[in-house]
Amino acid sequence: MPVFYEKKDLVTPGDLLAEGDYIPGDNTYKEADKIYATRVGLVDYTAKKVFVIALKAFYVPNVGDIVIGKVTEVSSGSWVIDVNAPLPAMLRAADVLDRSFSRSRTSDLSSIFDIGDLLIAKIVAYDRTRPPLLTVQEPGLGKIMRGQLVEVTPTKIPRVIGRQGSMVSMIKNETGCQITIGQNGLILINGKTPKDEQLAIMAIRQIEEESHTSGLTDRITEMIKKEKGE
Amino acid sequence: MEVGILANADGSAYLEQGKNKVLAAVYGPKEVHPKHLAQADRAIIRCRYHMAPFSVEERKSPAPSRREIELSKVIREALEPAIFLEYYPQTAIDVFIEILQADGGTRCAGITTAALALADAGIPMRDLVAACAAGKVEGHLVLDLQDEEDKKGEADIPFALMPHMNAITLLQMDGSLTIDEFEQLLDLATEGCKQLYTLQKETLKEKYVTVGEEEGEEEVEA
Repeated sequence: MPVFYEKKDLVTPGDLLAEGDYIPGDNTYKEADKIYATRVGLVDYTAKKVFVIALKAFYVPNVGDIVIGKVTEVSSGSWVIDVNAPLPAMLRAADVLDRSFSRSRTSDLSSIFDIGDLLIAKIVAYDRTRPPLLTVQEPGLGKIMRGQLVEVTPTKIPRVIGRQGSMVSMIKNETGCQITIGQNGLILINGKTPKDEQLAIMAIRQIEEESHTSGLTDRITEMIKKEKGE
Repeated sequence: MEVGILANADGSAYLEQGKNKVLAAVYGPKEVHPKHLAQADRAIIRCRYHMAPFSVEERKSPAPSRREIELSKVIREALEPAIFLEYYPQTAIDVFIEILQADGGTRCAGITTAALALADAGIPMRDLVAACAAGKVEGHLVLDLQDEEDKKGEADIPFALMPHMNAITLLQMDGSLTIDEFEQLLDLATEGCKQLYTLQKETLKEKYVTVGEEEGEEEVEA
């Protein structure tokens, strides 16, 4: 079972990664026992599996993901939410009102969520053929009242979270901000002062730029400490 | 070659090949409007090849000509086999190719650039597509014809290849050739595409390597 690259090597679409009895992981495909890359990214091998960590990709919904989205349409019985995915997501009125919804009985849905409102929601169903379905019936979900939004490439979200949440908890501790991460690449920051929020945004921007380098958590910590000192 | 030069687009690329200057931008996948165009089993590609009015010596009308509409279709069909369209049903991927300066072989340059822009947009692809033309001018078999060689020569073959898979996605011919000459030209064009392919890969990697060098070793923890 030969492999053709070192771990963490940069590959481009069409590059032959491995041959033989491997399982093709993320961003790869298999044809006649050969595994090729489908995106620009860093290749990685485990004992059985070959995968590529993409450096840039768009968000593809996954059931269970927490996402941050914007209401783009209020229709009778549901809201249409833009979650940065190829297709807009759907939030049903019955989910929000927690009872069956009939048009005659209730008022206007826009009094609950209106166009332009930002929501934290969770994806409950998605199968690529229909729009993803959202829910807000869980603690921490719902309309965003305040805070600042930062947008990063969705593939860099794991890096912002860090190993077992190390990166994000470090930023939370250092800046005293509340941070909500949407898997679709949007991050909500709520701080005590605008300066704290600014600091957290700077840290996230730096993570985004240097996401494919090592020792990042330490460098970010240093940067925040330095900024705070000034 | 350069990628990621347009901030608004999801992916973009710029190519200078001889006197040709080509810009490509990719948007999507996104929702299809009007909705009836959407396919339930795959994404659709919408491709627009356009020559800027100042791209040729005599002003070209900016309206899409018969030739441009045809080339848009030909380029779309050359790119389609490279993309995993079936992963994203009911969506559209928009490809815009703008010829800023033309000197023969712009459809091939357009394909090469668009493939780069698609990869830059993070759209999953089986392979990059590289394209170049080969032809016969005054009895000589040549690669990558210029405008004058194209118009005065005996024949030319625009040719697009997915080099790793060795699959041809575009093959056209204009003029007349013997079977023997045709085969020689195919070999020549394949060589040309492979050279372009190497450059394409280098270009895509360059965007990230520069950051990596500044910060030392490359690594990602998931």
